[in-house]
Amino acid sequence: MVSVKDLPGMLGLTDIQSLDIYYKMVLSRAASVRQRILQRMGKGSITYSGEGHEATQVGTAFALIPGHDWVFTYYRDVGVVLTIGMTARDVLMAFFARKDDISSGGRNMPSHFSHPKLRIVSEGAPVATQIPHAVGTAFAGKLRGLDEVSMVWFGDGATSKGDCHEAMNFAGVHKLPVVFVCEHNQYAISVHWTKQMAVENVAVRAQGYGFPGVTVDGNDVLAVYRSAKEAVERARRGDGPTFIEAKTYRLVPHSSDDDDRRYRSREEVEEWTEKDPIIRFQTYLEGHGLLDEKTRDELAKKAAEEVDAATEYAENAPLPDPETALRHVFAEEEVA
Amino acid sequence: MAERNMVEAVNDAMLEEMKRDPRVVLLGEDVAGGGVFRATQGLLEAFGPDRCVDTPLAESAIIGVAIGASLNGVVPIAEIQFADFIHPAMDQIVSEAARLRYRSNGGWGCPITVRAPYGSGIHGGPYHSQSIEAIYGHVPGLKVVCVATPYDAKGLLKSAIRDPDPVIFLEHKRAYRLYRQDLPDDDYIIPIGEAEVKREGSDITLITYGMMMHHSLKAAETVQEEDSTSVEVIDLRTISPLDKKTVLKSVEKTGKALVVYEDNLTGGFGAEVAAIIAEEAFEFLDGPVTRVASPDVPISPYAGVLEEYVLPNPEKIAKAIRDLAAY
Repeated sequence: MVSVKDLPGMLGLTDIQSLDIYYKMVLSRAASVRQRILQRMGKGSITYSGEGHEATQVGTAFALIPGHDWVFTYYRDVGVVLTIGMTARDVLMAFFARKDDISSGGRNMPSHFSHPKLRIVSEGAPVATQIPHAVGTAFAGKLRGLDEVSMVWFGDGATSKGDCHEAMNFAGVHKLPVVFVCEHNQYAISVHWTKQMAVENVAVRAQGYGFPGVTVDGNDVLAVYRSAKEAVERARRGDGPTFIEAKTYRLVPHSSDDDDRRYRSREEVEEWTEKDPIIRFQTYLEGHGLLDEKTRDELAKKAAEEVDAATEYAENAPLPDPETALRHVFAEEEVA
Repeated sequence: MAERNMVEAVNDAMLEEMKRDPRVVLLGEDVAGGGVFRATQGLLEAFGPDRCVDTPLAESAIIGVAIGASLNGVVPIAEIQFADFIHPAMDQIVSEAARLRYRSNGGWGCPITVRAPYGSGIHGGPYHSQSIEAIYGHVPGLKVVCVATPYDAKGLLKSAIRDPDPVIFLEHKRAYRLYRQDLPDDDYIIPIGEAEVKREGSDITLITYGMMMHHSLKAAETVQEEDSTSVEVIDLRTISPLDKKTVLKSVEKTGKALVVYEDNLTGGFGAEVAAIIAEEAFEFLDGPVTRVASPDVPISPYAGVLEEYVLPNPEKIAKAIRDLAAY
C-alpha cells in the first residue's frame, strides 16, 4: 500500500494548495453534516453523506484540471464536486430540490450531481452505469486528439457489476485516458466487502485488463493525491488507464434511511472515527508548520459560514414550476 | 437513381452521413469486417479503424461507451448485432440514455443511434428473431424507428443520426434483401415520427410496421381481388413518437381498424395503437378494433413449420380483414 511521508512540496503542491485541499475536505464534511441535520429536521427526504471519504474524494479530484477533464461521480462524491468547483450552494440547492439546482432542477435525488460547464456529468442511481460513460468520453477525446482525462468514482460494490468489467476491458483494449477510482469503504450498504470479492485488493484486477492497479490508504490524502497525479499524468501522456483502489470507511450510515447498527459494530465505527482523514491531514499540516490553531479555526469558520449561507439561500430559493415536469424529455430547439 | 436493397440502403446512409459529418463514428461487434449482414461493408476502408470500431463483445459497454462519447463531440452509431442481444444494455439505454436529458434538466443530451436488426421469418430461432420495439417504445426519452423498405431505411437512418436524442433504429432483417428500390442520388431524409399510407383504401384501416407491412400489403391485394374489400395500409415507420394524426384520420374515414404486428399479442406496441383508436376515434368506429399478432410464446421457434405456425402471414391477415369487414 502506498503511504506518503513526504512533505506536500515533494508532490508538487504549494503550501496554498495543501491548505486548499484541507479546506475542501473540511467544507465537504460540513456540507454532508448539514444535509444530515436538515433531513432529520424534515427539510428533505433523503441524504447521502461523504463523511469519512474526504481524503479519497478530494485527493483524487485535486489531480484533475477542472472544466477540462471529465468527472463521473456517484452519490457519495460531494468532496469530488466541491473540489472541481461546485459550491456548497450548488449542493444545498440539490438537497432542497430547487428550480435553479444546477444538477437537475430538483428532478434527481440530492447528491446526484451534474454541472455541464465543469464537465461533471449527471449521475444516475444504478450502480456502475457511469463507468462506461467515462470510458466513452475518454474514447472520444483520444479519437479527437485532445489531452483530456476522464476520472470515474464508484464504491466497492460497483466492482461486482458487469458494467465495471466491460468498461475497464474496453479502456484497456483501446488504451484510453481514464482513471478508475474505487472508493473502497468496505460496505455496499450492509454487505461486507468479503462477500463482494474473493481478493484482498480489488486493484489486482487491473492486471487482467492490461493496465496498472494501485491500492492506496484512502484516508491519507497525500498518498491518494500522489496516486491520482501519477494516474492522470500517465493517462494524459497517452499511456492508458489506471485503477486506483482507495481503502477508506464511511463514518455514517449509507443514507438517512439506513441504520448501520444492523450490520457493523460500534467498536468498528469508533476505530475508524479515530482514523478520520481530516484530523489526520490536519495533524500532518500542523506537524509540518503549515497550519496553526488560528488558521484551522478560521477555515472551520469559513466552511460553516459558507454552508450557512448556502442553506439559507437554497431554503428560500423558488421551487420548480410543476408544469416544467413535462419538459426536457427530448431536445427543445424548436421551442426556444 | 441507384437501385438498392434495404441492407445496402442502410450501408449507404451510414457512408453518406460519415462522409458528411466527421463526428459520426460507428461502434459494434464485427462492424469493421462488414458486419454479419454486411450492413457496414466498406466503412472501415472509407473511414479507418478510428471511426469504424470493432468493440469487445459486450453490449452494455457498446451503448455505455457510445453515451459517453456522445457527450464529448462524437456522434455515435452503436450497432447491436441482433436485437435479441440488446438486453444486457437495457440499463444503459433505459436508465442512462433515455433519462440523461430529463434528469439533468436539459443540461446534457445524448445523440446516439442504436441500430439493430430485428424480427423473425429467417429461421432464427428464439434468439435471432425477437421484436423489441414495445419494450423501448414504452420509455420516455427514446425514439423508436422500425423500417422495412430501402427508401424508408435510408431516409430515417439519416434522420436518426442527425437527431439530438437517442434513437433505437430497428431494421427488419427479413426485409434486408426482400427487393430493390430506386433511391434518389441526392441527400434526402424522412422525419422521425411520420407514418406513411402505403396503400390507400376506403373500407378498413390496417395499421402496421416492419415486415408485417409487406404481408399486410399482400393481404390487402388478396381481399381487393377476391372480396372487393378496400384496405388502407398505414406503415407507422416510427412507433415513438407515434403519428396518431395519420392513424386517426384514416380510421375516421374507414370506420374500421385492424392493427397488425409481429411481436407477441400481449403488451405489443399494437396494443397501444388499439387503445388510442378506441379512446380517440370511438365515434367513428363501426366494428371492434382488432389485432393480429404472434401468440404469447417466445418468438420464434426454429423449425420452419413451428415458425410459420406462430407468425402472422398474409393468409392470417386476410382472414382478419374478412372477419372485420363482415361487421
